[in-house]
Amino acid sequence: MAQDINRLKESASQTAGPYVHIGLTPNFCGIEGIFPEDLGASLISDQTKGERISVEIRVFDGTGSVLKDALVETWQADAEGLYNSPSETRGAADPAFSGWGRFPSDMESGEIRFETIKPGPVPFPGGRMMAPHINLWIVARGINLGLATRLYFGDEEAANAEDPVLARIEHRNRVPTLIASRDGDVYTFDIHLQGEKETVFFDI
Amino acid sequence: MKNQRPETGGFFQRDRAWQPPALTPLYKTSVVRSPQKAPIAFPHTPSEITGPTFGHGILGALDNDLTLNHARSGESAIGPRIIVYGRVVDENARPVPNVLVEFWQANAGGRYRHKKDGYLAPLDPNFGGCGRTITDEDGNYSFRTIMPGAYPWPNGINDWRPAHIHFSVFGHGFVQRLITQMYFEGDPMIWKCPIVGTIPDRRAVEGLIAALDMEATVPMDARAYKFDIVLRGRRSTLFENRMEGN
Repeated sequence: MAQDINRLKESASQTAGPYVHIGLTPNFCGIEGIFPEDLGASLISDQTKGERISVEIRVFDGTGSVLKDALVETWQADAEGLYNSPSETRGAADPAFSGWGRFPSDMESGEIRFETIKPGPVPFPGGRMMAPHINLWIVARGINLGLATRLYFGDEEAANAEDPVLARIEHRNRVPTLIASRDGDVYTFDIHLQGEKETVFFDI
Repeated sequence: MKNQRPETGGFFQRDRAWQPPALTPLYKTSVVRSPQKAPIAFPHTPSEITGPTFGHGILGALDNDLTLNHARSGESAIGPRIIVYGRVVDENARPVPNVLVEFWQANAGGRYRHKKDGYLAPLDPNFGGCGRTITDEDGNYSFRTIMPGAYPWPNGINDWRPAHIHFSVFGHGFVQRLITQMYFEGDPMIWKCPIVGTIPDRRAVEGLIAALDMEATVPMDARAYKFDIVLRGRRSTLFENRMEGN
C-alpha cells in the first residue's frame, strides 16, 4: 500500500428541479419582499463599455418541445476580453460589467432574452486566441448535472474558423450548433438537449 | 487567506463516474432531457478558471433566516425549527471563502410557494422558502429554517421525495458551479427516491446526507444539522503559469 493522497470527492450534483425559481429567481416567480431583486437579471448599465447586443435563447428537449422551466446562467468577458473575477490575471476588467447573468425561461413561451455587450477575445493555453463567446450553464428539471456549452457569434466567421475549442469538435457538422445567428443587433441561439440537432456540450 | 494570491490554476477533471449520468430512466424527465452524444473536453482557459463574485453588500439581515424572512411581524414559519451549517471546501480540503450559497425548499407540509406546485398541502403564509448567504474566510456558512416535509411527485404512481433542501453554490471558477440537494440523517425515504437514485455510488449519496448535531443544537430553540459541500479542487498556480509560458 502507498500513502493516502487524502483528497475529497466533489459533492454529487442533483437536479435543480421544477421549482428552481424559488431559490434563484424568487421575484420572477412571485416571491417578493425577500430579496430586493433577482441576481443576474441585468448585465449592463450606461457605463458599460462595448457593443450592445440582444441574445435570444430557447432550450428544446429530445421531442422538440421547448423547456419552460429551464434556467440559464451566462459568464462572459468584457469588451476587451477580460473577466471581472479575482482569478483574472491579465488585467482589470470593466468595473461596470460583472460578466454574469441568470435567466429563467419564460413559463409560457420558454423564451429567454437579455441585453449584454459583445465580449472580446480570450486566450487559449499556448497563446492562440479564442473567438468571442459566452459561456452558458443550463439547469432544469430532468437535468442531473448542469450542462456547459458556449454561444459563438455568427458574424465572427474568421475568428470562429480559428477557434481552438471549436477545432476540438471532431464531427464538423456539429460546429454550427454553437453559433448564434445575427439579425440586426439580435443573436438567436437554440439549444437542443438531445437528438439530431443536439447542441455540443463540454466536459470542462 | 486574505494575503494569499488569488488562485488561478486549472481545475481537477470532474469525475463523471461519481456524478449522476445524464440519462437515468427511473427519473423519467431525464429521458428526453439528456444529451446522447459525448461531451467534449478541452484544457481550461480564463473562461473556465474565472467566475463571478458577490459582495456581502447584497445580503439583507434576514437572508439566512427562512423562519422570519417571509413572516409577518411577530410571527414565524410553522414547523420543526432547525439550523443548517457547514463548510464549503474543495477537493484539496481547503476552504472556499466568500462564495454565494443559495438554498430553497418546501414548507413543513411539503408544499412549495410556486404556481406550478398543485399539491393539496397548504401554503404557510409566513414561509417563502428561499435564502442565501456568503461563506466566511474559512468557508463556513449557516442558516436557520424549518424542516421541510416530504412530498409526492408525478414520476411513478407513488413516488415521494425525501425531505430535502436545494443548494446552489458558486466557487471561484465558473466550472465549480454546483447545484445539489441536502437530505436528512435517518430519513427512510432517501433510499427509495429515483432522483437520489440517479447517483451511482452509495458513498456519493451519503455525502449529501446532513448529520444531526446535538452539540450545535440550541437548547429550547432549534436543532442543528451539519452539511459540508465539496467543490472541485484546482492545481497550483505555479505549474499552471509555467505550462502557459507566462
